[in-house]
Amino acid sequence: MLFKRSSDIPSSEITPKHLYFNRRTFLAGAGALLGTAAAGGALNRLLAPAEVALAGAKLDYGKSQFSTSEKQTPFNDITHYNNYYEFSTDKYEPAKLAENFNTWPWTIKVEGLANKPKTFDIDALKKMQLEERIYRLRCVEGWSMVIPWIGFPLSSLLNQVQPNSKAKFVEFTSLYDPKRFPGQQRGVLEWPYVEGLRMDEAMHPLTLLVVGLYGETLPNQDGAPIRLVVPWKYGFKGIKAIVKIKLVDYQPTSTWTKAAPNEYGFYSNVNPNVDHPRWSQAKERRIGEFTKRPTLMFNGYGDQVASLYNGMDLKKNY
Amino acid sequence: MKPKYLKPLVFFACLLPLARLGWKAFNSALGANPIQVITWSTGTFTLVFLMITLAITPVRRLAGQYWLIQFRRMFGLFAFFYGCLHFTTYIWLDQFFDWHSMVKDVYKRPFITLGFTAFVLLIPLALTSTQRSIRWLGKRWVTLHRLIYFSAIFGVIHYIWLVKADLRKPLIYATILSVLLIYRALARAITALAPGLPANGRSRTIENRSAAAD
Repeated sequence: MLFKRSSDIPSSEITPKHLYFNRRTFLAGAGALLGTAAAGGALNRLLAPAEVALAGAKLDYGKSQFSTSEKQTPFNDITHYNNYYEFSTDKYEPAKLAENFNTWPWTIKVEGLANKPKTFDIDALKKMQLEERIYRLRCVEGWSMVIPWIGFPLSSLLNQVQPNSKAKFVEFTSLYDPKRFPGQQRGVLEWPYVEGLRMDEAMHPLTLLVVGLYGETLPNQDGAPIRLVVPWKYGFKGIKAIVKIKLVDYQPTSTWTKAAPNEYGFYSNVNPNVDHPRWSQAKERRIGEFTKRPTLMFNGYGDQVASLYNGMDLKKNY
Repeated sequence: MKPKYLKPLVFFACLLPLARLGWKAFNSALGANPIQVITWSTGTFTLVFLMITLAITPVRRLAGQYWLIQFRRMFGLFAFFYGCLHFTTYIWLDQFFDWHSMVKDVYKRPFITLGFTAFVLLIPLALTSTQRSIRWLGKRWVTLHRLIYFSAIFGVIHYIWLVKADLRKPLIYATILSVLLIYRALARAITALAPGLPANGRSRTIENRSAAAD
């Protein structure tokens, strides 16, 4: 069973956060792998994170049946290994560059083919019924994490604006502000970042708008104040710093699709059988682990989402 | 211009990038994905040493610093050394001896095919870097060692092809390599037109020999 209901997971199984700030011991077998105990010790240290303090306001949230019981990636890694091109193309940079990024005040305009379009204030959204969702995140680059997100289903926001029957897709837009986003001063990608989902994908209970991480407000480098998380798709579908959500009747063109249409499709479902043209997607390195693990179809969320794609050729609709 | 201690000094300087990487690894300062950092770093060092090796000839001629030749072999061998580390990182830390997946990579992924080729091309150069080989191969040695151009070109394209969107860094290498190769093309053309000038391609064999004798 890929998912455990929260009642199946004894709370003792979920390791308290502070333990992640101690040295990891997941490479107990490293010495054996390497042949020498000395080298094993070195490797163990090599993979151990530095200690870091958490900063952020506590959030009120409940647990979710959609959480995985897999070992969570340390907070320090989730916040210091970020693909956030609005800050930098270097994954180690956003942690520093996002430090003073101002996320308040902030509003999200939800508009388009809806009966009650509305602009939401971020403070109001943080008061929605929040849940912790411990999801796997699989990056298109071949690494993965397990992240305890805090958020609410996108559907609960969309239901408030009442999409009309013409709405077939949802188009998301990030903040465009080169003064605050130094990466936007260069045309590495076409700014602002745009992402899209099909209506049924957007309304799926797994699809989450995220405002927090590890029990606290979302760190800037992870997409504050609000981002999308679609756990069965590659990480880049999870657009960050959202300012606009538009209900539309056309299939939106994602930023990465614009950049390289043969490499990044609209769907971008995690699929070990469809390789990126330049590298294999069959395996992934879970951050903190030494050997790679096989990548699961739909990132292991097939039971929940495979039916959305019945009859579709996923090799063509990558 | 050849103090005795200069060569060992340069030798240890060439090991500094490795020492820095090792130090960071030992102090858990390589971040969330250490294996990727090691792969990228060793790859970068390989490219840098290839560029340095290729820069020796133009610099010594243009600046008249002919003594620099004594370091060319060392730099070339360091390029090979870091290339070996890069390759080992890939097969051991990255793929963990998954031969099936690696063989697939080499023929299916153009960027890996090129990187692999660039590395393989360096092997005969390292093997024939000894003085005895130079004497034994004579003029053929120079021809053989032109493989370094292809190794460098493939290495740079390998880098360009693996990048997702930000081509800034690989294009810096591409620019430097272009300058180094264009210099050679020009020097050749000049030699062909005016055979008496110092940038004489034909004297290279002799220079190499004297260099090897250093």
